[in-house]
Amino acid sequence: MAAAARAAECGVRVGLVDDNVALGGQIWRGAPEDHPESASWAARLRSAGVTALSGLRVFHQPEPGVLLAEGREDIHELRYEKLILATGARERFLPLPGWTLPNVMGAGGLQAMVKSGLPIADKRVVVAGTGPLLLAVAAYLRKRGAKVLVVCEQTSWSRLAGFAATLVRFPSKISQSLELKKNLAGIPFAANSWPTAAQGTDRLESVHISRSGALQDIACDYLACGFHLAPNTELALLLGCRMSGDFVQVDEFQQTTVPGVYCAGEPTRIGGVECALVEGQIAGLAAAGKADLARLLFHERSEVHRFARALERTFRLRDELKALPADASIICRCEDVTHVRLIQHSSWRAAKLHTRCGMGPCQGRVCGPATKFLYGWSPDSVRPPIFPARVESLSALVAGGTEPKA
Amino acid sequence: MSDSIVLTVNGTKVTVSLGATVAVAMTIAGQACRTSVHGEPRGPLCGMGICFECRAVINGQPHCRSCQILCESGMDVRTNE
Repeated sequence: MAAAARAAECGVRVGLVDDNVALGGQIWRGAPEDHPESASWAARLRSAGVTALSGLRVFHQPEPGVLLAEGREDIHELRYEKLILATGARERFLPLPGWTLPNVMGAGGLQAMVKSGLPIADKRVVVAGTGPLLLAVAAYLRKRGAKVLVVCEQTSWSRLAGFAATLVRFPSKISQSLELKKNLAGIPFAANSWPTAAQGTDRLESVHISRSGALQDIACDYLACGFHLAPNTELALLLGCRMSGDFVQVDEFQQTTVPGVYCAGEPTRIGGVECALVEGQIAGLAAAGKADLARLLFHERSEVHRFARALERTFRLRDELKALPADASIICRCEDVTHVRLIQHSSWRAAKLHTRCGMGPCQGRVCGPATKFLYGWSPDSVRPPIFPARVESLSALVAGGTEPKA
Repeated sequence: MSDSIVLTVNGTKVTVSLGATVAVAMTIAGQACRTSVHGEPRGPLCGMGICFECRAVINGQPHCRSCQILCESGMDVRTNE
């Protein structure tokens, strides 16, 4: 939104394509009145004349400068001169026994469901995993009436203390933390703690946790469990952008190694909403040819990058979590591939060929980051379509003719 | 009431608030969204269109990511595709 608004305000023609049904991404999902900053960016988009196309997922680039996107019932051909990727991040999930039971969700996953209308009042919830999202989710769920039984954070108290010391440098984060502390009062918070199993027959009934070394069973209705974030880099990879580690490599103007293609936010580093906003603005201004204006934001960006580095340090996964899956635990949920079948293989490619791991509809978006952590594997290539697409969309592609709609 | 929507999940009526997604309707109905390749019940995981665990048949169209689709009055949702 920030990229589109800043670019459009420079007078260029901008279209915004979003997979979600409403603007605002994940952090600003839900009622606009809950997110005044989102509402103000949305107003800027409107007054700058940005065409927003929601509910469209880009699945292919048939040639440079053209993207194909699928809506619920149609396909769109999108032509661009400059492209800004702001594909965000997803939660990183770590497999543990029973994690495939219904009502075991991501931390952000459960929050998204509640924001999308799921009643949570009086439901018993265990929030677990790692990252600042856990506290935000716990506070949000409690505000909506949930009984949050405990928040289990895998990192140590000493790392958290270091993180708190870093926060002091960021005034906006301090006020956010104080607000959060108020909303969390009374919810038990346990560091050095993580879930070891989810139990139940047809759905979740209880969670087994390791709480500073002590084992404990907690009966609950939902487990909200996420281990920080993994960047959504599939589209950047499809377009041929070079990566730097897990992230999209960009220059000082957020331009990728593909000329005219920019990238902002989580795909370039996990840094949260402030980081995404400043990177998005730089990308939008640079793409609109206003390098001088973009440069004015460089200082702000280096500040938020400091916060991103603190996140990375604080919420690094501990090695004990590699022992979470049992032999029979499913790692690839799409194809039901278990841990014991995967440990026989030495690479992502070998595992794919022999077990179909990562070859289901999510295309490794869930098991990819998990197998990277558990086994040290790296997914090799991305092939179109990067999202499952309907046969008619693909056949339109083969026929070479699509109805240009946008 | 104008701020709620009635739809059916496997033929049973479910009432959700305006703006609710189909994944929410299925969870309220206590229905698993799909059955895995080895027969396990599955429900939504990511809530944001990434994991494909919540896919269902909506108005006859299979493989819909129910967490990315808003409920509409009279919608026919079928699980266990």
